[in-house]
Amino acid sequence: MSTSAAERGAAGDATRIDEAALGQPSLPGSGRAARGRADNRAAYLFLAPYLVLFLAFVIAPAVYGFWISLHDYDYTLPGKPFVGVDNYLKLIDPDSVTFDNFWSGMRATGIFVLLSVPLLLVVPLVVALVMNSRFRGRNFFRALYFAPYVLGVAVVAVLWRFLLDANIGLVNQYLGAVGLPDGVAWLTDTPAAWAALVGVTVWWTLGFNAVIYLAGLQDIPAELYEAAKVDGANKWQSFRNVTLPGLRPVLAFVTMVTIIASANMFGQSYLMTRGAPGTETRTAIYFIADTGLRSFQMGDAAAMSYVLTVVLILLSVVVFWLFRERNA
Amino acid sequence: MSTAAPPRPTRTQAPEPSGGGSRGVRASIVLRYGVLAVLGVLFISPLVFMLVTSFKTRVEAAGIPPTWIPGDPTTQAYDSILNSDGTPVLQWFVNSMLAASAHAALVVVTAALAAYPLARMEFRGKKIVFGLIIATLFVPPVILIIPNYLIVGELQWLDSLAAVIVPTAAGAFGVFFLRQFFLSLPTELEEAAVLDGANRRQIFLRVILPLSKPALVTLALLAFLTNWNDFLWPVYVLFSPEQQTLPAGLSTLQSANNVRYDLLMAGAVIASLPVLLLYVFAQRFIIEGVSRSGLKG
Repeated sequence: MSTSAAERGAAGDATRIDEAALGQPSLPGSGRAARGRADNRAAYLFLAPYLVLFLAFVIAPAVYGFWISLHDYDYTLPGKPFVGVDNYLKLIDPDSVTFDNFWSGMRATGIFVLLSVPLLLVVPLVVALVMNSRFRGRNFFRALYFAPYVLGVAVVAVLWRFLLDANIGLVNQYLGAVGLPDGVAWLTDTPAAWAALVGVTVWWTLGFNAVIYLAGLQDIPAELYEAAKVDGANKWQSFRNVTLPGLRPVLAFVTMVTIIASANMFGQSYLMTRGAPGTETRTAIYFIADTGLRSFQMGDAAAMSYVLTVVLILLSVVVFWLFRERNA
Repeated sequence: MSTAAPPRPTRTQAPEPSGGGSRGVRASIVLRYGVLAVLGVLFISPLVFMLVTSFKTRVEAAGIPPTWIPGDPTTQAYDSILNSDGTPVLQWFVNSMLAASAHAALVVVTAALAAYPLARMEFRGKKIVFGLIIATLFVPPVILIIPNYLIVGELQWLDSLAAVIVPTAAGAFGVFFLRQFFLSLPTELEEAAVLDGANRRQIFLRVILPLSKPALVTLALLAFLTNWNDFLWPVYVLFSPEQQTLPAGLSTLQSANNVRYDLLMAGAVIASLPVLLLYVFAQRFIIEGVSRSGLKG
């Protein structure tokens, strides 16, 4: 561990405190003015290394990106004229080229979110419910289902492009062996490509959601189930009235994380389908990255990333609202 | 995966389904293991097939029907990618190791330092700083791609490992994760240290950090995994063949050897082996870390 960095970060007299300040850490203004100043300095010394990163690579770019989006920002050209909201207007002008490409990307992202999120919410929940009791080998199976998640999207996508190869892939071979159609073009035709992209994503991330659900299930007190049983509830009723309400905060978190992750889908489409057929499976983020970092049309790309971000934030607000605590 | 965690006694379990007599119980046990085993095969067999294929000859890798045991096991695929000029996989492996290790160290050090005052000190602007950090947990990373490319360019980091080590360390997760952990620690030891005349720095180094080892290890592992697996960003900020990390390199390998699945699977095995090994030995930390991150949401 780099204690040296820690020592440098917090060196000096500023870190000296007395017992009163620590004894009541949550009481603001508990000390005299001098101590308050000392604490301020010490606190910011501790924070400094992270804050430098945070300002340089999160706050500054979030603002800088907006400034870029107001310019005709071609990375390869010397002049980057201010164009106001033109880059945004292009996105709502059906006659512009960007319009078609961007909204086709948004459509692909939307389709992927709609198809993958329900599966990624329900299937891991079922798995978590099956695992939520004491039985031999429980942790072994949990580890097994989680395993694909520790692999990166690149490994997962390269592997599944092989398994889903229309001619020599394992999937079509085995489908044929049991008498099903064995010529499905999983990577080059829709809707098969959507099934492939969604299926692979479920295989890859099911364990992540299941593990979070499982922790949530284990935090529901057993007494609640016993009370429900005393009241004569059957399994379904105790699921409806004990499990689901107890899981509400976890469900909200998983829903949010899953929507954001699915809306950022990139690697699967980049490596498995290359956006095919045509640009049908090219997601918004894929198009944004290519526009900004391959064609270097950074003004356009920045504007698009702001629109996508606003859409995602609105979606998050809706999810928050849907899962809000209903007391009345 | 022999490192399975013991059942946690502090948490409650849903009661076993009871009633229905022993035959019902046995049937439900058989059903459960049946379902679990089928799922298990679905999850693991693709990985096994990846490993098997990497030891096949070019012809057998593309053969019909697929074989689960190589007829003529060979390391040809590994030999031909490890030191090839266009796709120097060995170099990518070294790059990935360096980048992920440096990234994990940077995340743990900066996050631990930042989380301590946020958990234990009162200072001016605390609410604003913490609020700002938390708010960015909900900001989709897509918004940062374009401007960060320019910022990294200004720093002369494009096409170098610094580009994949540093900017992503600014994420808020580590600070948030460690702050929650520090808050859960009892304050008695710190109070005793103060009575002994310890200052903030000493408390942080000698009380907080030693008590937080499991959380620090978990964060280091998660940061290592995330960085090792990161794909979109390295694909765009690293250009030269010898500068790639493994995931970005796999993309190059795929473009260069479209249907040479023996080579692609060998590359995929090399990219997954370290993280799978890490997972086998530190499975408990990784799974606990992920499940705990959900409960704070």
